Amino acid sequence: MLCVKGGSIYDPLNGKAGAVGDIYVSDGKIVPPAPGARVIDATGLVVMPGGVDIHSHIAGPKVNVGRVICPEHSRSEPVARTSVTRSGVGSVIPSTFVTGYRYARMGYTYVTEAAAPPLEARHVHEELSDIPIVDKGALILMGNNHFVLSLIREGDFERLKDYAAFLIKASGGYGIKAVNPGGGANWRKRGNVGSLDDETREYRVTPREIIDALIEVNEALGLPHALHLHCNNLGQPTSGETALETMALAKGRRLHITHMQFSAYKPTKGRPFASSAKALAEYVNRNPNITMDVGQVVFGPAVTMTADAPLQYSLHTLTKERWVNKEIEMETQSGIVPLTYRKRTYVGAIQWIAGLELFLMIENPWQISLTTDHPNGGPFTAYPWVIRLLMDRSYREEVAETVNKRALGSSELPKLTREYTLEEIAIITRAGPARTLGLANKGHLGIGADADIAIYRPNSDFEVMFQAAAYVLKGGEVVVREGEVVSETFGKTYIPALPERRDVTPWLSPVFSKFYSVAFENYAVEKEKYMPCEVV
Amino acid sequence: MKTFENIVCSFCGSLCDDIVLEVEDNAISKVRGGCAISRRRFLGPIDREVPRIDGQEAGFDEALDIAVEILAKARHPLIYGLSSTSSEAQAAAVKLGETLGASVDSTSSVCHGPGTVAKQLVGLPTCTLGEVKNRADVVVFWGCNPVEAHPRHFSRYSVQAKGLHIEEGRRNRKVIVADVRRTATARTADIFLQVAPNEDFQVLTALRAVIGGAELEGEAFGGISRDEIRTTCNILQNAEYGGFFFGMGLTMTQGTHYNVRQALSLVRDLNEKTAFAVIPMRGHGNVAGAETVLAWQTGYPFGINFSRGYPRYNPGEFTVTDLLSRREVDAALIVASDPGATLPARAASFLSEIPTIVIDPNYSATAKLARVFLPSAPVGVAASGTGYRMDQVPLPLRKVIDSKYPSDHDILLAIDKGVTECSASKEVLSMIL
Ligand code: SF4
Ligand SMILES: [Zn+2]
Repeated sequence: MLCVKGGSIYDPLNGKAGAVGDIYVSDGKIVPPAPGARVIDATGLVVMPGGVDIHSHIAGPKVNVGRVICPEHSRSEPVARTSVTRSGVGSVIPSTFVTGYRYARMGYTYVTEAAAPPLEARHVHEELSDIPIVDKGALILMGNNHFVLSLIREGDFERLKDYAAFLIKASGGYGIKAVNPGGGANWRKRGNVGSLDDETREYRVTPREIIDALIEVNEALGLPHALHLHCNNLGQPTSGETALETMALAKGRRLHITHMQFSAYKPTKGRPFASSAKALAEYVNRNPNITMDVGQVVFGPAVTMTADAPLQYSLHTLTKERWVNKEIEMETQSGIVPLTYRKRTYVGAIQWIAGLELFLMIENPWQISLTTDHPNGGPFTAYPWVIRLLMDRSYREEVAETVNKRALGSSELPKLTREYTLEEIAIITRAGPARTLGLANKGHLGIGADADIAIYRPNSDFEVMFQAAAYVLKGGEVVVREGEVVSETFGKTYIPALPERRDVTPWLSPVFSKFYSVAFENYAVEKEKYMPCEVV
Repeated sequence: MKTFENIVCSFCGSLCDDIVLEVEDNAISKVRGGCAISRRRFLGPIDREVPRIDGQEAGFDEALDIAVEILAKARHPLIYGLSSTSSEAQAAAVKLGETLGASVDSTSSVCHGPGTVAKQLVGLPTCTLGEVKNRADVVVFWGCNPVEAHPRHFSRYSVQAKGLHIEEGRRNRKVIVADVRRTATARTADIFLQVAPNEDFQVLTALRAVIGGAELEGEAFGGISRDEIRTTCNILQNAEYGGFFFGMGLTMTQGTHYNVRQALSLVRDLNEKTAFAVIPMRGHGNVAGAETVLAWQTGYPFGINFSRGYPRYNPGEFTVTDLLSRREVDAALIVASDPGATLPARAASFLSEIPTIVIDPNYSATAKLARVFLPSAPVGVAASGTGYRMDQVPLPLRKVIDSKYPSDHDILLAIDKGVTECSASKEVLSMIL
C-alpha cells in the first residue's frame, strides 16, 4: 500500500479544491486509509487525478503516414533510450513509445485516439499497444460509412443500431465518431456538402439526417460517451453558423462537438473569417447537453490530419504543401497536410484567439475539455503552455501583444479578464473529460477510483509546473519522478459494455464480400490485439 | 483432416485473404483458391532445413549463442530484410536494433524506398484496393507486372474485379500499361505505352504538362508519341475514378525517386479534375508492414541507425546497399529476405566477409554465405502475426501447422535477451576489473 501524504488535493468531482490530505492506494485503486503504507511525501505539492485526453491523434494509419512524410520534424527532436525507456522521436508527431512517455510526464494517464477506420482498426490497436503507460480508447468513424448512410436512407434504424454496435465491437472501439457527415461520401467524387441540408449524391441523405440518426443510435446503445462530432463546414467562414445549427439539432440529447475552435469562424469583410467563439460559447452556456473540446492552436509547426478529406484538399490548394489523401473502401477517407501556425498572420492569430475565447467564455468548465486536436492544432506537449495562457492573464496579454494586430483588434480577447483556477484546470484536463467520456473510475480520487495520480510542484510559471510532474502514479505504480519516466508499464484499452443486439452477419456478410477487398471473417480485430481491456 | 478458411496468403503484397487450406498430419495437403505462387509456397515442405554454423549442421541453441556473441561483439551491426515476416517480428527487430545500436533497414530501400522518399516530397493521394474494385474505371500499371508477380491482383482488386459501381468488371474499365517491355500485363492493356528505357520521367512530365493545359512541342517523349500522350491524358482526366499502380520499373530505374515524384504529382494534378489514387505495387508480403512498424516505433520508414541511442534516418547512408558496399558494418543479421540473391554483387559479397546471421524458413542464397543460419517457422503457415497489404490494410496471418522451429519474432526476442544479458555481464565485468 502507498500513501500520497500531505498534498493539496484538487479533486473537483469530490469537492476538493486544494484541501491538504492523504490519498491511499492499493492494488491499483484508491482505498480508504489504512496503516502501514509506504509514504510519498507530497507536502507542498499539488495532487490531481491523472490527466484524461478526450481527443488526440496518436495511433493508426493516418498518424503514421504523418510521421513518414515529415522526417524534418522528427529529426529536430531525437529521444535516446534509457535503462527503462525506449528511444524514438518527439516533436510534432512523437513515435509511439515517446507518445506514452510524454503524456505521462505531463501527468496524463488516459488518451482517446480520435479517429479509427474499422478496416484499419487492427493497425490502430497495434500502435496503441506500443504506447506505454497510458490507458486508451478509440473512436470509430461512422459518419460517411456506406452501410450507415444506406440504412438511414432506408429508414431502418433498428438495423442501424445493430450495425453500429457491430462496428464498435469489430473495431475494438470505444465510441462513435462522425466527421463532416455526408461530406466525405461526396468526396469520393471530389465533392463536399455545404450545409446541413445538402444531399449526398450517392445516398440522398443529408448531414442533418446522419447526425440525428447517429445521436439516436448512440443514445439507444447507451454508450458511455456522446456522439463525438467534427462538424460540417469546419475551417470555413460558415463553420460557426453550421456548428450552431448542428448543436440545435441535438434537441437536448447529449452531443460532443470536437475541436470547436476549428468551427468557430464567421464571415467578415476583406478577410478570410473572424472569430464566432462568442456566439458558440453563449449557446454552450445555455445548453448543458452539449460538451466540447477546444482544439487550441499552438504557434509553430503542426500536421493537420483528419477524416475531413475535402477540407484537407482545400488546405493543400491554399498552401501547396504535401498532400496525402486516402479513401478507405466503404467507410471513410482522410487527408494530411503539414501546416505552420504563425502568430503574425491574420488567420493564425484568429485561430489562436478563437480557441482562447472559447476557453474564457464558456462558463461551466465541466462542458469544456482542453485539447489541441493533436497534432492538428499543435502537439499535445503544448498543453502546459495552454494552461499558462488560461491561468495567467498578464502572460496571456503579453503573448496577445505579439500576434497579428488586426486579428486581435477585431476580437473579444482583450476584454476577457478571466483566469482559470487550479480547480478549473483540474476539471478541463481530467475530471471533465473523464465524465464526458463516461469513465467512472477516472478523473477523480474517490475511493474505488483508479490510482492514476499526478503530483505537481507548484510554480508561478504554470507551464513549468504542468510540463513535468513531480510524481505520476499509474494504476498505483510510480511511473514518473521529477518529470522522468522511471518505470515502463502498459495500460488498458477501454471498450463499452454493449447491449445485446441482433447479429448482422446474415445480411452484412453477403454484401460485404461483394464490396470489400477483405473477407468478412478477417474484418473484426482479434481481441488479443487490444488486451488487456477494460469494459465500462 | 482440418480445413482452414479465409486464410491470408502472404507470398506477395496482394495478401489475398480467401485461401482455403486443408491440413493433414501437420502438413498442408490442399490449397483451394490462390494462384500458382501461393499453391507452390503453401504446399512446399517446412522444417526441411537445419540450423547451421559455417555451413555445418549445428544445434539450434548453439547457433543462437553464436549469433548472440557475434552481435554483442559487433561495433556496427546491420539488421536487414523484414519484408516477409510479421509486424510483430519487425517490432522485435527494431528493439534488437536499438539494443545493439545497429542500422536497421528493410527491403524497401531496394524496392519502394524511392516511392517513400517521393511521398516525403509531394504526399500521396491513395486509397485501399477495395476502392479500386468498387470505383476505378481507369487503371494504370506503370513499371509493374502484376499478371506475373501478383497473379490475383487483376481478379480481386483492379481489372476484372466487380464492385459497388463497377458491375461488369473488365468491361467497365480502361487499362493503361506503361513499361519498357511488352510484359504479360502489357498484353492485357487497352493502351500500352512502351517507354524508352530510363525515360519514364520524360513521359510522366509530358503527361503532366498536357494535364496542366500546356501545348507539347516535339513529336515524341520518352518513346511515346505526342498523340499517344494526348489520348492517354484524355482517358486519365475523363475517368470517374482512377487507380494508378507503380512498381520497380519506376522506382528502381534511372531517376528513382524523381520518377515517383513525377508520378505522384501527376496523380495529384489529376485530382483537380477527377478522383484519382495511387498505390505502390509492393512485392513482398509484408514489406508495407516494415515501413509502417519502423515508422511508428522510430518515426522513420527505413534506413535507420541507432548508434547514438536514438533513431537517425538517412537513405543513402543507413541503407543496405550503401552500408555494405562501403563496408561500414562489421556484422549482419538478415531476417526473412535474401539480399545475397538480390543486391548488387559488391554489396552482396561483403556479407560473406563479415559474420552474417540469417533467420529464414529457407536455406537461401544468403544463408549459404552466412556464418550462422537459424531456420524459423514460416509466417502465415506455422507462425501468426499481422501483415500489411500494399495499401496498408492490416490482415491476420495465421498459423495452421506447427513447426519445430520458433517464429522470427521469438528468435529475435531471444537474441535481444541474449545480447542484453551478455552486455550486462560485460558491464559487471568491467566494473569488477
Ligand atoms: S496473388 Fe499473391 S497474395 Fe494472392 S494468392 Fe497469389 S501469391 Fe498469394
Ligand atoms: Zn481530431
